[in-house]
Amino acid sequence: MIKSRGDLLRAFFVVLPSIAAVGIFIYGFIGWSLRASFSAWDGIIPDFTFVGFKNYLEVFSNVRFQKDLWNTLYFTFFFLLLSICWGLLLAWLLDRKVKGEALLRNIFLFPMSISFVVTGVVWRWIFNPTVGVNALLKLLGFSGANWGWYTDPTSVLKFHLALIPVILAASWQLTGYTMAMFLAGLRGIPEDLIDHARIDGASELYIFRRIILPLLKPITLSAMIVLGHFSLKIFDLIYTMTGKGPAFATDVPAIFMFETTFRGNHYAEGAVISIVMLLLVAVVIVPYLYSTFRKEIKR
Amino acid sequence: MKKITIIAVVLLLFFSPSFLFSEGAKEKKVENKLEIFSWWTAGGEAEGLEAMFDIYKSKYPDVEIINATVAGGAGANAKAVLATRMQGGNPPDSFQVHAGHELIDTWVVAGKMEPITFIFKDNGWMDVYPKGVIDIISYKGEIYSVPVNIHRSNVLWYNKRIFQESGLTPPKTLDEFFQVAEKLANMGITPLALGDKNTWTSTHLLESVLLATLGPEGYKGLWDGSTPWDGSAVRKALDNFVRMLKYVNTDHAALTWDAATQYVIDGKSAMNIMGDWAEGYFKAKGLTPGKEFGWLPSPGTQGSFMMLSDSFGLPKGAPHRENAIRWLTVCGSREGQDAFNPIKGSIPSRIDGDKSLYDEYLQSAMKDFSKNAIVPSVAHGAAASEGWLTKINDIMTVFVSERNIDKAVEQFSKAARESLGK
Repeated sequence: MIKSRGDLLRAFFVVLPSIAAVGIFIYGFIGWSLRASFSAWDGIIPDFTFVGFKNYLEVFSNVRFQKDLWNTLYFTFFFLLLSICWGLLLAWLLDRKVKGEALLRNIFLFPMSISFVVTGVVWRWIFNPTVGVNALLKLLGFSGANWGWYTDPTSVLKFHLALIPVILAASWQLTGYTMAMFLAGLRGIPEDLIDHARIDGASELYIFRRIILPLLKPITLSAMIVLGHFSLKIFDLIYTMTGKGPAFATDVPAIFMFETTFRGNHYAEGAVISIVMLLLVAVVIVPYLYSTFRKEIKR
Repeated sequence: MKKITIIAVVLLLFFSPSFLFSEGAKEKKVENKLEIFSWWTAGGEAEGLEAMFDIYKSKYPDVEIINATVAGGAGANAKAVLATRMQGGNPPDSFQVHAGHELIDTWVVAGKMEPITFIFKDNGWMDVYPKGVIDIISYKGEIYSVPVNIHRSNVLWYNKRIFQESGLTPPKTLDEFFQVAEKLANMGITPLALGDKNTWTSTHLLESVLLATLGPEGYKGLWDGSTPWDGSAVRKALDNFVRMLKYVNTDHAALTWDAATQYVIDGKSAMNIMGDWAEGYFKAKGLTPGKEFGWLPSPGTQGSFMMLSDSFGLPKGAPHRENAIRWLTVCGSREGQDAFNPIKGSIPSRIDGDKSLYDEYLQSAMKDFSKNAIVPSVAHGAAASEGWLTKINDIMTVFVSERNIDKAVEQFSKAARESLGK
């Protein structure tokens, strides 16, 4: 409880270092990138001559960047869909008081403790067209298993099929996380609510649809936000697993940004890409923050 | 009173790190150290670097060497770290950089390097380095780096057993290549192994095809604007490249260069066009040069030596400049190069290396190096700036799967205009 102006002042000085750190290292550098994105900085030496939206036009007219945006869109959609549906299913099944629940829970949660880099390398070999799942399927007698997986540049409605293995790997890693969230949510639903419904003769499916799902809504939203910003910024998994892929089939803005800035020394264009990424994440995060903030005020 | 004390303490805590750091920076200058930055972290490269360190230590035992390495093939990650350090005004004493435009366009033009022509003159090196090499490391008449080794990019590696059993002759020209490839493909053997998960390998293949189609002068002209990118010669080269792609393994996009070389070792593929670091890979797998695997200049490039080189330079503001100059002297000396290169699997950049120290392949490369036309490799930073190379790699990523020559010509020309226009 803050009692006096003295307390207020002291409290202010206690948080001052972190305010300064956040101010400089987050907002300061966002401002710096923004400035760089409007500059003529091309090469190792910084050049902050203002050139307006020239770099933005350059980046948005680049075929690679257009593909990146589509890839991000599809990747995010399918990644969220898979992780959330699987996570919910697993949580629901585990919530039925199965034997060895603690062990199973840990097994499902385990992939999350692995670094994305490790996941990337492992799944690269799993989906390698000659030695991976194709070889396994052939061993089992499916001689037609000749898919190119992430080496296949074909796309349907701008969705590159090569993204499928990447989506699977990413959801494999984070399904456990959504499962844990949903499990916590399920545990928070009062038993008697469900028991009452059962007594009233509701089927399990009806209970799931009409009682459990609506009560899990806030959890689903949080999961979407957390996974959503993961997927918009994803770099390490894709970088180690497939790289930019054939004809940029698995390229994402983060990889393009890294290569443009640190390989090609096109600093201004790199800054543009990172600003666009920031805006993409903001589109997802800001409404969420806003609604949480409003709830807090109401309280 | 109490309040003021608290404020003072908080402020002191807040600013104390900067006091600590400034103190540290002053101290560092006095220490007798040498920090060498490279991406040589594994295998023969790391051992070769150690061998040069040993020579340095035996000459200057008081100097403490800091071996600052950042892992990652062709320096992909190291370059990002280096750029951050150089921009932050914290350069290492000397760093590894591909000789040629990667050094010049990135660092020299930016005014971050000190010319080191005096090291060459003081040691009498102007006569022992080939002129082609001096040209590549010079900018406006000054030399900026000491090349410690030379790698050859245009080499065709082949599995000897496959060629013996099939009765075919390894191809010397592009025409021969296509004939041989067709026959191999009919026998069910993948003619050419490629692993382009990282795009540079397809650019690597392209540079060999460009050199074969345009010849050494025409190829060099691509990088100074005297050979047009939208001319019929480049079109012909791209056409050859596309024809070659018909003979590569289908899973090329999943493999790295070493996995492609492994295909040749396993006999899954007959040939592979890769730089001569592939020889180190063959040997690491227990194969003997000339026995299980053979080599030729890549088809159509007889008489040309496409080079790339790792070199060390002297950044402006190097914390231990004197030690760095001594290091560069070791790098350029015959002793240093003959210690490094046999282990690394490359040849000295001087023409007076001791041939008896090198294996059969390297001896043949040394012979070609002293006689052939020397041209710079683009895939490895010798021929064009990194900005240009990044664009070429982007174009190749699409070109390899779409194989649309018109589109590629247009994009290559645009990239050349932008990069040369500056």
